[in-house]
Amino acid sequence: MRDVCIIGVGMNDWGESWDLSLRTIWTQAALAALADAGVDRVDAMTVGCMSGGLFVGQEHLGALLADELGMAGIPATRVESACASGGVALRSGFLEVAAGVSDVVLVTGVEKMTDCSGDEATAALATAADQEWEVFPGATFPGLYAMMARAHMAAYGTTREQLAMVAVKNHANGLNNPHAQYRRAVTVEDVLNATMVADPLTVLGCSPITDGAAAVVLADVETAHRLGKGRPAVRIAGVGLATDRMALHNRADLAALNAVTVAAQKACAMASITPQDVHVAEVHDCFTIAEIMIIEALGLVPTGRGGPATEAGETALGGRIPVNPSGGLKAKGHPVGATGVAQAVELTLQLRGEAGARQVAGARVGLAQNMGGTGASSVVHILEVLS
Amino acid sequence: MTVGIVGYGSYIPRRRIRLGEIAKVWGADAAAFERGLELHEKSVPARDEDTITMSTTAARRALRRAGIDPVRIGAVYIGSESHPYAVKPSGTVVAEAIGATPDVHCADLEFACKAGSEGMFIASALVRSGEVDYALAIGADTSQGAPGDALEYSTAAGAAAFIFGRDNLVATLDAQTSFMTDTPDFWRREYMHYPRHAGRFTGEPAYFKHTKGAALALMAKVNAAPQDFAFAVFHQPNGKFPMRVGKELGFSRQQMMVGWLSPWLGNTYSGASPMGLTAILDVARPGDRILMVSYGSGSGSDGFVWTVTEKISEVQALAPATRAQLDERKLYVDYGTYAKLCGKIRRGE
Repeated sequence: MRDVCIIGVGMNDWGESWDLSLRTIWTQAALAALADAGVDRVDAMTVGCMSGGLFVGQEHLGALLADELGMAGIPATRVESACASGGVALRSGFLEVAAGVSDVVLVTGVEKMTDCSGDEATAALATAADQEWEVFPGATFPGLYAMMARAHMAAYGTTREQLAMVAVKNHANGLNNPHAQYRRAVTVEDVLNATMVADPLTVLGCSPITDGAAAVVLADVETAHRLGKGRPAVRIAGVGLATDRMALHNRADLAALNAVTVAAQKACAMASITPQDVHVAEVHDCFTIAEIMIIEALGLVPTGRGGPATEAGETALGGRIPVNPSGGLKAKGHPVGATGVAQAVELTLQLRGEAGARQVAGARVGLAQNMGGTGASSVVHILEVLS
Repeated sequence: MTVGIVGYGSYIPRRRIRLGEIAKVWGADAAAFERGLELHEKSVPARDEDTITMSTTAARRALRRAGIDPVRIGAVYIGSESHPYAVKPSGTVVAEAIGATPDVHCADLEFACKAGSEGMFIASALVRSGEVDYALAIGADTSQGAPGDALEYSTAAGAAAFIFGRDNLVATLDAQTSFMTDTPDFWRREYMHYPRHAGRFTGEPAYFKHTKGAALALMAKVNAAPQDFAFAVFHQPNGKFPMRVGKELGFSRQQMMVGWLSPWLGNTYSGASPMGLTAILDVARPGDRILMVSYGSGSGSDGFVWTVTEKISEVQALAPATRAQLDERKLYVDYGTYAKLCGKIRRGE
């Protein structure tokens, strides 16, 4: 396999983009990444998108968006793995460059979620759960994650306050991200007193519905050096993708995310690192409980210690292992198909030392974890500064 | 030519339902609604109250303050989205009831929540043109939200009426403007019982864009800044929106408070900002300038700048004050009674 580098990154301003369409927000992000890389053509592209069909009635995004970019003719595919679509699109682009099939690949993610009603968006998102066993009987994602939170609280004594602290931390980080949907601080009291969605998750314990797109340009290491602009080269050192039992009731432990653990083990093995070598992580905090369970599953903190570690500030900017300096899904927003790609955007900026006020000092190894549904699929990437 | 208001009147039904009573039935978080929307209770029409009856009462009160012979009214416009008849005007009944027929032009208007201010816009222009001596404009609604929908916590009943003329004005109309785009945030198609809305889309690109657009255009037109006004009133679909737009434009809470009825009245749709204006006129003093901006989904805002005249003090006490109707003689009903009164219960054939 060839070494693969990220040579350009871009994203649009995330939020409720009522006057912009899917193709427009996607093109903003794609052009930003191409400009950052300094390339005007690519060999191929991938589009991570969970459900263009249900959100805006548009499928066939590979061809549509290649055309929109003035690149009709190139190989272009849409990649889907629910909320992990972006991360899996990144893996697809990585494999294509690593295999020598293409030298330069544009990896993108996009979701346009606010053009439909809240009920329609909830129904579209629910297609990432097991329709026959979970959704038809009435489960929604907040409900499923609330059950996982209850299980975690029962098993490890995780508190509502600790859950709230995940949101407080990520909103604080989001203040420094100009692309974030929410740039406002919240307190533990704000989170606890917000409208209850599914006990113990209040509305401030849930990530929002977002319009957004993100893009990275991948290249083989030779091309990367040629186009390097004197910046630190960022290499994708490890990739891991794993699946778990789809329906929550089929899992042995509701308080564990096995696909995350397996994906992380694969990615770390490929990169020849351990979780302790990671300097900064972007993880899939679709709900506050998710971040607590993920940092445990990744091995960043011991099992059951996600709550206390968050409370102790270990995952805050300046802490032992900063998690979600971008603001995470909670504050930055969660356009589901774009989220996994945006994690790579953030880590690239961190590893280049270009993250401004949210820079993790001395970060040379980053981990991105993206997840579908309640964790039935998860993808982990290890990024490192190529010395 | 100077035109303005010669008489005004309002009507608020006596019945109220508390938000907590609605939330209890639907298993909703009442405190969150009260906090989030700044709404506490709303008016409920009795079984024999509708847009026509409320309009008639408000118009009679406006006539009492205007002190004119109703036959001199040359135009009657009623703005509402709850006209009792789909085909057949509300205005004919009201014009007949107040004695304005038959030498009168009449139309029912509809533009979601700004149908009332549409009538004011047209009535003032007709008077200004000299086509008629007096014109009556009414905004009234017995608005309905689908049971359990977020709208149900705000939809209320009320009416405001204004008679426009050229002499003996209680407030002059200094400028009016309209700001409109095709922005479908809320609608009800024919044969639909309840309206539908586009959730959060009703905020930023709909309500806020249009109310701000109209307010800014209006202030530019009269070369005024927020501090030049004694009072401001905006369309009030809930308690929160008007206060937010006022604050963003630079108005103080004090300038807004008098016309801010929605926390205890609810959203009277076509009546909302016009009723706020009646509450302001009830307490205004000569020389006070008032900014009023309506909003109707679809979407658009009408804006008006008024200056109160010396005559105001002579008419204020001639009819019931709006704030008194809001605060006094209230009758609280439970959800079952409310459901019956609002026709939400399907009875046997």
